[in-house]
Amino acid sequence: MSQDKKLKGSESLVAALEHEGCEVIFGFPGGVAIPFYDALYDAKRLRHVLVRHEQGAAHAADGYARATGKVGVCVSTSGPGATNLVTGIANAYLDSSPLVAITWQVRSDLIGTDAFQEADITGITLPIVKHSYLVKTTAEVPQVLHEAFHIASTGRPGPVVIDIPVDVALGEIVYRDADTLDLPGYKPTVRGHIKQVRAAAKAINEAQRPVLYLGGGVISADAAPEILRLAESRRLPVATTLMGIGAFPETHELSMGMLGMHGTVTANYAVHECDLLINLGARFDDRVTGKLKAFAPHAKVIHADVDPAEIGKNVPPLIPIVGDVRQVAVGLVKELEGMEWSAERTAEWLARIAARKEEYPLQYEAPADGKLAPQLVIEEIDRVTAHDAIVCTDVGQHQMWATQYYTFTFPRQFISSGGLGTMGFGLPASIGAQIGCPDKTVVDISGDGGFQMTEQELATAMSCGLPIVVCILNNGYLGMVRQWQDLFWNKRYSCTSIETQPDFKLLAEAYGALGLTVTEKDEIEPALREALACPRPAVIDFRTSPQENVFPMVPAGKEITEMIGGQAKKTGGRTS
Amino acid sequence: MKHTLSVLVENKPGVLTRVAGLFARRGFNIESLAVGQSEDPGLSRITITIDGAEHPIDQVTKQLHKLINVVKIRELDASCMVVDELMLVKVNAEGEKRTEALQIAEVFGAKIVDVERRTVVLRVVGSTQKLQALLELLQPLGVLEIVRTGIVAIARGKG
Ligand SMILES: Cc1ncc(C[n+]2csc(CCOP(=O)(O)OP(=O)(O)O)c2C)c(N)n1
Ligand SMILES: [Mg+2]
Repeated sequence: MSQDKKLKGSESLVAALEHEGCEVIFGFPGGVAIPFYDALYDAKRLRHVLVRHEQGAAHAADGYARATGKVGVCVSTSGPGATNLVTGIANAYLDSSPLVAITWQVRSDLIGTDAFQEADITGITLPIVKHSYLVKTTAEVPQVLHEAFHIASTGRPGPVVIDIPVDVALGEIVYRDADTLDLPGYKPTVRGHIKQVRAAAKAINEAQRPVLYLGGGVISADAAPEILRLAESRRLPVATTLMGIGAFPETHELSMGMLGMHGTVTANYAVHECDLLINLGARFDDRVTGKLKAFAPHAKVIHADVDPAEIGKNVPPLIPIVGDVRQVAVGLVKELEGMEWSAERTAEWLARIAARKEEYPLQYEAPADGKLAPQLVIEEIDRVTAHDAIVCTDVGQHQMWATQYYTFTFPRQFISSGGLGTMGFGLPASIGAQIGCPDKTVVDISGDGGFQMTEQELATAMSCGLPIVVCILNNGYLGMVRQWQDLFWNKRYSCTSIETQPDFKLLAEAYGALGLTVTEKDEIEPALREALACPRPAVIDFRTSPQENVFPMVPAGKEITEMIGGQAKKTGGRTS
Repeated sequence: MKHTLSVLVENKPGVLTRVAGLFARRGFNIESLAVGQSEDPGLSRITITIDGAEHPIDQVTKQLHKLINVVKIRELDASCMVVDELMLVKVNAEGEKRTEALQIAEVFGAKIVDVERRTVVLRVVGSTQKLQALLELLQPLGVLEIVRTGIVAIARGKG
């Protein structure tokens, strides 16, 4: 941006966004946002994607951020526009996604008067942001945006809200790119303490039954290559969390798949039996640990995280390391290189794990009602896309089956709402992912319930000509809730049947997208191929069995050893 | 065990809300909180006391540190700090009670800062225990109103 030009606040925001390298923003206009949208009208480089609901803007920006590693940006007008972003901001907060949410606000002199469309959005979002700004003067705009990008994307990433009164957009300043930071209270620790890294390396070298437990921190730190080197150097078996999926290739012999509530038998028992648990960038979430007291009872714990507050929050580690996971992994590999080690040390352990993988694969049977097995649909998506699609999901049973039956091989491949568990995330997230990665195949795996929470974004996908493939696992139920009712509430299916629903094929067609319905096994592949070949968005309505449940399952608050399902091998099924 | 935190924050709008909001959200109970400008006009200092038995102090400070506007946190060592709190108490001072109130005030080094026909206002500075002891003695006279600033604390010497 040329320096020292006189610009309006709105124009300087556009200039500042471009200066940060921002290519696309997702938003929806309104009264006090008009000056900004007017400035966008002349923007040369910055692209705006018009969503159909602000929640979609936040999730799309979040999906874009997760797929690319760049900061995602969403914009809304004041009041209802801003409050519609709230779920998306909370979602980004709980999954540590770098999001900048710009909300326009009523005129400064009207703030606090209950003016038309006034909502105290910095107040409302206070507990779900990494930081927030209420901009007071036009002169601050470039600096605030620069800081917001920095805060959102460094340390433990997270959402930053920038609330800007409309008069700030109208004021004029001499624009200058902001390149310096004034954040005396913000200095994330990047480099892990060498003493701690050394102690951790020693423990890894000496362990007989080690497990590497990887979380989303590995992905946000872009640490996957270093982690692979670390795992291979000492042949460490690997379990990932939901957020850590893709941090380690599931095709690798050391992969045990996901751990936790719907994790594999192999991963969960390995954690239960290990003598060293190496947590890199994960947070001992209750969906992973089950009953905390009984979690990894025989293990020494190493915990590395860029956020010091995560260390010791749930599990007191023997060796805490505060630092960027990539740097920590590099340090560990380097330390380990200088140590003597023989593969004999862990041979028995690895053999035990291999045997268990063989004996306890993820498996399912053909549903008795003759409808499609949802697991089969995912396996087919996996096969047809050759483990190579970016897979976004919604929240529910289909999400868990996606983690279990799709084979993830690279970071940022799996995009899902983990911490908040937000139904409605999948479709808009896939829009953001496809815009961020135009050359990749993007598949959204949704439930019939969650899809209906943000389905209007099909119009957004159409308007951008995005070839995303939405696969609805249509079981006629809010399946995951039904599963809990089935298992823990005497099969009293209160308010979980959603049989009354649109014909998704016709709905897709109404938007101008491709719509397909699949009821038979042998239609799965042709439908997928047709949808993948279609240059427009496609929606496939897979009629799956309502009776299927996700197994194995560690009931909430129970120990891993109290797992339901996960029996020894019966028939086919995928080994994981 | 009580913990006293001395927290240096940027003097920006909403900072106190962020600190208070964090305590509320994480379920940490604030026993006392006092805030004012520090030696640097750009920074304010907040003195917070919390019950450490109830909450792991480590989590409290780590979470506080995550607030972008929090510049520095120091846990003060109880054996090496000066702690004070200021309290204003309005007591009943009718008839004989007045002399009694004045006597108690003198013992505690409290100043009489307002005298009316039926009431007096005492100002006392000191530790929480001292303030408590004074209140106990004043109670029989009839305590009408209490105002306290919350604890402020500073480390002794150069440390
Ligand atoms: C916004 C929101 N509301 C409610 C829930 C609770 N919830 C979790 S899973 C689920 C059922 C989802 O149903 P569907 O989208 O059909 O997926 P399925 O489980 O059937 O695969 C519900 C209601 C949630 N996670 N998010
Ligand atoms: Mg469903």
